[in-house]
Amino acid sequence: MNSTTSPLLQVTGLKKYFPVRSGIFSRVSGWVKAVDDITLQIKHGETLGLVGESGCGKTTVGRSILRLMEPTAGEIKFEGEDLLALKPRELRQARRRMQIIFQDPYSSLNPRMTIGSIVSEPLKIHKIAKGQELQDRVNQLFVKVGLRPEHQSRYPHEFSGGQRQRVGIARALALNPKFIVCDEAVSALDVSIQAQILNLLRDLQQEFHLSYLFITHDLNVVQYLADRIAVMYLGQLAEVASTEDLFATPKHPYTQALLSANPVPDPTAVSQRMILSGDVPSPLHPPTGCRFHPRCPQVMDVCKTAAPPLIQIGPPEEGHQVWCHLYT
Amino acid sequence: MSLDPEAMAPPETPWQEFLRIFRKDYQALFGFWVLMLLLVSALAGKALTEWWVVFDPEVVRLTDKFLPPFSVPSPDSLPTDRPFGGIYLMGTDELGRDVFARMFQGSFVSLSIGFVAVGISLGIGILLGGLSGFYGHVKLWCITVDTLIMRFTDAMMCFPTFFLILTAVALLPPSIYTIMMIIGLFSWMGTARFVRAEFLSIREQDYVTAAKALGIPEGRIIFRHMVPNALAPVFVSATIGVASAILTESGLSFLGFGVPPPDATWGNILSDGKGFIFDAPWLFFIPGMAIFMVVLAFNLVGEGLREALNPKLRSR
Ligand SMILES: Nc1ncnc2c1ncn2[C@@H]1O[C@H](COP(=O)(O)OP(=O)(O)O)[C@@H](O)[C@H]1O
Ligand code: SF4
Ligand SMILES: [Mg+2]
Repeated sequence: MNSTTSPLLQVTGLKKYFPVRSGIFSRVSGWVKAVDDITLQIKHGETLGLVGESGCGKTTVGRSILRLMEPTAGEIKFEGEDLLALKPRELRQARRRMQIIFQDPYSSLNPRMTIGSIVSEPLKIHKIAKGQELQDRVNQLFVKVGLRPEHQSRYPHEFSGGQRQRVGIARALALNPKFIVCDEAVSALDVSIQAQILNLLRDLQQEFHLSYLFITHDLNVVQYLADRIAVMYLGQLAEVASTEDLFATPKHPYTQALLSANPVPDPTAVSQRMILSGDVPSPLHPPTGCRFHPRCPQVMDVCKTAAPPLIQIGPPEEGHQVWCHLYT
Repeated sequence: MSLDPEAMAPPETPWQEFLRIFRKDYQALFGFWVLMLLLVSALAGKALTEWWVVFDPEVVRLTDKFLPPFSVPSPDSLPTDRPFGGIYLMGTDELGRDVFARMFQGSFVSLSIGFVAVGISLGIGILLGGLSGFYGHVKLWCITVDTLIMRFTDAMMCFPTFFLILTAVALLPPSIYTIMMIIGLFSWMGTARFVRAEFLSIREQDYVTAAKALGIPEGRIIFRHMVPNALAPVFVSATIGVASAILTESGLSFLGFGVPPPDATWGNILSDGKGFIFDAPWLFFIPGMAIFMVVLAFNLVGEGLREALNPKLRSR
């Protein structure tokens, strides 16, 4: 098949429901619909930002794609291969091509392993290198992420958050993946260090031709890195557009609210703050119709009963999609 | 911590760091030296009372009954029965036996009961707790492994351990091995719950997810990533477990269900002495103090280990 035209990753109709159990026999009394019918694709070398409030299911999307959780329904094709159909052995091989970077630089590194063995372990397990070659490869990875190779025999707690995050990045790069899920990869860091790590991620992307699914609740962070942005609300997509379009002409009322809550870097821009009223509803009992309707400033009667359809804004090749009754 | 990599402190292995912290903890150090003394005396006790009988705990000398500590043998005692060094360091009991020799022998018995019983309870506890924490979601027929194991643990826990042990001991032939086995078999519940809780929380840590994402096999994830992080706290509670096993054995002996003669344990020395508490108080106080010191020492060391072994507490 032709890998330049087809997307690297195609996710179709992804659902992940968590059972809610109660009573002494642990009967399933309901389902948390953490991710409910999401379709998206990521092209080679592209960064897709996945944005939404905390608890809207971003992590669940990222981990389901990597099969760190079993999706309830849907299809995940990676380089044309159906990931959900893989047997355990094949899955272990496929894992070399897709990796993850975590939010918390403290819990993401095993406190009882040296940072050198953390980075070299995957190379040994997959029998990619051994002996001197392994050592060279690990040194190289350390240099690439801006760590000093002579610190390999140290333990994670001796490092700062930013340096630990670099160890996590080196570990993710070790198997030479094509695709990395960055789950809030800079959210736990100080602003000055955020910029360093974002720069590093961008440099690595160019050097290794990586694709990212960049998950964050912070629009400022994705603006810098993402080619396209998908906005999520309560387990569903609200809007998908190129980063420019999304910031210039946000269509979905939720996106507009997020952008207006975002401090604008340009002081001359007129910012009209639109405050989101009410709390995020529970994914256990999502609102009927449009899931955003209890908080939407432009809510209409139809929104309360009918789920909004997918609307293409502008020519389809621009890929600006929005799920909202305002544009029907 | 400074961002500048050059400014980092010299590297320190976890072991060096552990030593640095543990050395500053004077209570734990005190406990540690008491335990070292106990270990030496237990090994020496075994060797010098059974293999090369320098101190004979079993010689009965009716001429030398109830001599207080630091007494010399009476002139009419048999020269062959005189104690090593010609002095009863800890006095004699109602049969004229040398209390020092008996305590010496008893230190090995008490300590080995503590270690073997804790070994058994750790083995069962880690196995059941680990199964429950890692494979807990697996269904057997209509019940999950976790439910099965944890309800069994709860059932075991709702009986007072000491009475369970007492019942079992009363029904089984008395011997030092039965006692070890029974204490071990009835004291694993805390460990099992503990290990399960550790496994459940470690399983959700990002480094375990990372290992999964890297395609590292499950066995290696369990033994390389999870067990080392779960075991430090288990080790701490095991230290304290040794103390409570020694205490349980003493309690059993005191009630007359303990290790049967001729094996001397601190518990049965204490128990024999209780009848003469006013005439010969040393028969009671010497083993009593020894048990108290050892239990205290194990607890102090356990607390010290808890402080020094926990990189999670130190990491931020
Ligand atoms: N293992 C789980 N079991 C039950 N519910 C879960 C689990 N993981 C996540 N959830 C629920 O799914 C929803 C989405 O969670 P998550 O994907 O972590 O959101 P985000 O990453 O956007 O903050 C939340 O309501 C959360 O409570
Ligand atoms: S569909 Fe209706 S409720 Fe939902 S965002 Fe659009 S206008 Fe608001
Ligand atoms: Mg998340």
